[in-house]
Amino acid sequence: MRKGEPIIEVEGLVTRFGDNVVHENLDLTVKRGEVIGIVGGSGTGKSVLLRTILGLKKPDAGRIRVFGIDLAELPEEERRIHERRWGVLFQDGALFSALTVAQNIQVPYREHLDLSPALMDELAAVKIAMVGLKPEAATLLPAELSGGMRKRAGLARALALDPEILFLDEPTAGLDPIGAAAFDELVNDLKETLGLTVFLVTHDLDTLYATCDRIAVLAEKHVILVGTIDDMLLSRHAWVHEYFHGPRARAAFAGK
Amino acid sequence: MAGARESARSEPGAGAPASCETGIDGETLHIALSGDWSIVHLDPVDRQLRALTAAPPAARKAEIDFAGIDRFDTAGACVLARTARLLEARGLSVALTNMSEAQRLLSDKIGAGGVPEPIAHPAQPFHIEVTGRIGAAMRAIGDEALGMLAFVGAVVSTLGRTIVHPSRLRVVPFVHHMEKAGFDALPLVCLLTFLIGAVVAQQGAVQLRQFGAEVFTVNLIAIIFLREVGLLLTAIIVAGRSGSAFTAEIGSMKMREEIDAMRTLGLDPMDMLVVPRVLALIVALPMLTFVANIMGLFGGGVVAQFMLGMSPGVYIQRVHEAIGFWTFGVGIVKAPFMAATIALVGCRAGMAVTGSAESVGAQTTRSVVYSIFLVIVLDALFAMFFTAVDI
Repeated sequence: MRKGEPIIEVEGLVTRFGDNVVHENLDLTVKRGEVIGIVGGSGTGKSVLLRTILGLKKPDAGRIRVFGIDLAELPEEERRIHERRWGVLFQDGALFSALTVAQNIQVPYREHLDLSPALMDELAAVKIAMVGLKPEAATLLPAELSGGMRKRAGLARALALDPEILFLDEPTAGLDPIGAAAFDELVNDLKETLGLTVFLVTHDLDTLYATCDRIAVLAEKHVILVGTIDDMLLSRHAWVHEYFHGPRARAAFAGK
Repeated sequence: MAGARESARSEPGAGAPASCETGIDGETLHIALSGDWSIVHLDPVDRQLRALTAAPPAARKAEIDFAGIDRFDTAGACVLARTARLLEARGLSVALTNMSEAQRLLSDKIGAGGVPEPIAHPAQPFHIEVTGRIGAAMRAIGDEALGMLAFVGAVVSTLGRTIVHPSRLRVVPFVHHMEKAGFDALPLVCLLTFLIGAVVAQQGAVQLRQFGAEVFTVNLIAIIFLREVGLLLTAIIVAGRSGSAFTAEIGSMKMREEIDAMRTLGLDPMDMLVVPRVLALIVALPMLTFVANIMGLFGGGVVAQFMLGMSPGVYIQRVHEAIGFWTFGVGIVKAPFMAATIALVGCRAGMAVTGSAESVGAQTTRSVVYSIFLVIVLDALFAMFFTAVDI
């Protein structure tokens, strides 16, 4: 597969919780090699969309194709193989609390591959350096890490198997501005060197400006607008206008 | 399915495994790489390259040829960067040839990180590990005892203030916990004590029949239930049911900083959370024990009816002859003490929860284990006491 072709295709997605319809006829296409930012007000189902694409929640209708394959139709075994091709960073890192940072990163190695302990340690150290953690962090338990370090460690685990798609759920929420800026830079860096496709759910305007090639706006139960920052700024839609022309947006924009 | 098969080509590990061929040409060591240099097939070539760098052949230059590589990821880059670094350390000048732009970018990125520090796996000699663990466990017991003592002190002083100012007692939570820990436990307590009563009577009848003394089954069941078993069973059920609930409730509040929030609002968590629970259990457990005793006797009575052919009237008459007030009194007097123990251990474990969710789980387990342990120890102490005072 080459750059620019669709890597995630969502068609006519419907999700609901009981009577509460979250998505109705939602369509979205993500292209290989791009960073796409998903924005939307609270409760518009950004994280639900992410979980549905990952197969953690079953869609009530519609099709989701990742890598050109409808994963829901594959048998369990084959789906597992494709699931190794993406990495996910959950909101608070979702590190396994009983394992050290290095062991967390090595979980997929131990489960799926046959590597010597020396090589696993070396790879874990590389991933730790890659996400900007200090080497000493390797032997710490998640409880001993700060919020920002937990996110970095979670990212290192998500990158363990060199995924093609990286899903990030609010990666900069709860980070201080310096940490958040460093995280943005890290995402750009990884996209450049590893050719990653990044699916980014965020509220952070600075992150949108700094990293995203395209932005998809979730509102009224579907994607109302997909485009670059400039497209967003030109939109007449009330919520989009409010979001990208509000005082915080102006401040973020002025900084660029 | 056709789509799945087609895309399989780009899946990691679907190509030819990574391989490398080495050859010496004059003073140059040629390393030709080919195949899938992603993490999936890396282990064999990693071993091969480690062996090579450990004892490199006599050469002054090394040339690593990337031409044959069809997949390359950070893991491959990491192994090759290490190989190049070690060869350079051996005095060879290393050249990387036929690299694509992407491969160069990735190699630079990994190489720029420098030498990854080995991950330390701290390990102690066996005897130090063992003595260390024993020591840590002893200290933990000591800390626990001290902490418990301090907590009992704090609760007693709060209770004292509640007695002086009865308006401080939170009546609604007090009644709520009586209902949850007492009334709601009734079905379980009734069923279990009825069954145990029946089993004890049945076993007793079988044994005593051998001496022709089966009529004393009634004495056995009445005394053992009223003095010991009724209370002990109830206390253990309540420890498992309510002691753990106290820990989990208070612990999750502690975890979500609700208890800190109370303090900042000028509310005393002792008043709000601990005292109502302790008092509720002190009131509820004796009542539960009373019901448990009745149900145990009832279970024994049913067995007496069917196994010994003893009519209910005769059974009640015999129970009446077998027991005195203190048979019942010994059991019921212990109940408030057991209740206080269970509630204090439960609340204290909840307060000892630290930030994480697993800590709630660990403390809940501790709370149940400690309270059942202490209930049984307390029962043994009471037994010694009542023997000494001849009741």
